[in-house]
Amino acid sequence: MIRVVLPAHLRALAGVDGEVELAVPGQITQRTVLDALEARYPVLCGTIRDHGGGRRRAFVRFFACEQDLSHEPPDTPLPDAVATGTEPYLIVGAMAGG
Amino acid sequence: MTGVRVLVGTRKGAFVLSSDGKREQWEVSGPHFAGWEIYHVKGSPADPSRLFASQTSGWFGQVIQRSDDGGQTWQAVGNEFGYDGVPGTHQWYDGTPHPWEFARVWHLEPSLDDPDTVWAGVEDAGLFRSADGGQTWQELPGLRCHASAPSWQPGAGGMCLHTIILDPDTPSRMFAAISAAGAFRSDDAGQTWRPVNRGLRSDGIPDPDAEVGHCVHRLAMHPDRPGVLYMQKHWDVMRSDDGGESWHEVSGNLPTDFGFPIDVHAHEPDTVYVVPITSDSHHFPPEGKLRVYRSKTGGDEWEPLTSGLPQEHCYVNVLRDAMAVDRLDSCGVYFGTTGGQVYASADAGDNWAPIVRDLPAVLSVEVQTLP
Repeated sequence: MIRVVLPAHLRALAGVDGEVELAVPGQITQRTVLDALEARYPVLCGTIRDHGGGRRRAFVRFFACEQDLSHEPPDTPLPDAVATGTEPYLIVGAMAGG
Repeated sequence: MTGVRVLVGTRKGAFVLSSDGKREQWEVSGPHFAGWEIYHVKGSPADPSRLFASQTSGWFGQVIQRSDDGGQTWQAVGNEFGYDGVPGTHQWYDGTPHPWEFARVWHLEPSLDDPDTVWAGVEDAGLFRSADGGQTWQELPGLRCHASAPSWQPGAGGMCLHTIILDPDTPSRMFAAISAAGAFRSDDAGQTWRPVNRGLRSDGIPDPDAEVGHCVHRLAMHPDRPGVLYMQKHWDVMRSDDGGESWHEVSGNLPTDFGFPIDVHAHEPDTVYVVPITSDSHHFPPEGKLRVYRSKTGGDEWEPLTSGLPQEHCYVNVLRDAMAVDRLDSCGVYFGTTGGQVYASADAGDNWAPIVRDLPAVLSVEVQTLP
């Protein structure tokens, strides 16, 4: 199972507490994980990636295994530690404000 | 008529304020969607239990929420606002062409007679419609594709379609207003549009009486007299007696004619309310005194309403969608401030009291009069 950590606002929107566990068929990439996440929680469509083109929203970041994967191609396989569920895939709202 | 429900959108969530017909004791519910900007919440005239809310975030984009029980529970509905076809360009702040980009929904206008139909005014300026209770949205591109649209420029707050008015007598007629393009009218239910800005004069644009380019802040109409429109422009309070074909200024004796909201008494089509703001560079009331101004003559002659409102050290603003009236026998008037106060008057503005004092900055106020 793939472990996904959502930011607080998206947890509230999806109505979940804590991590989300997803069964993702096939290759484990950012695209397949996000596709599975949006299929489970359609309310998240458009909040992480744009409708249509699937471009990451500007103030959303993707982290895993202490790496920033936000600029990685969406079809690049995620680290094995994410694919095996050892490490979570983090969806993060960029720090901003004051 | 047994009560009212005040729907408040703020920078950090939505609030529902409820009272009986006396409008003295209030029950406060919220924050709903805590932490999100709620640009607008409005109920369906055809089914008061049905509410629509525009929930937005710079991080996570647009969500539309719908309640079918008067705001007790909510469900997210459709949030895909795709412009029809390949969007063209409008002018950017530096004068260069800039592609149309959806940013957020500023205003939701439910149909007068169908609870499943609702209109949405969005930034960058466009008009959308849902006929399935908000599940799906389709643009009516006639407005965005108007021949003048490539010359439109955003105001400081973005290029937003912030006002939608449906004509109750002529269902095919509707009005929209865009900052900073101006007022537009459709006579075919939103398919085609034309500017209705004749008589406006704006010194802040190169051609002061241009057909488009005016920063219209708000339009208001009384449902019993839909040919008469009132407008709060960036500067100037205006009136049209011919469905927007021409406008004349009715600022009269206002201390300043800059402001954002404008509204009309529920039972007196000639009674109009504005909240004068010092200037475009000082978005707070003149002299630190929060005063609603009322005209009982359809403009020109205005009286300050101050009872119960702070008359010193008050430096809040009242935004364009943050004033509304109820339809009880003694018309109630409501407005919210950027300081988080929502004020109510149960006697048409003669006396005011805060319902709440410490909400986040108020973006919008709507009122439902409940049977």
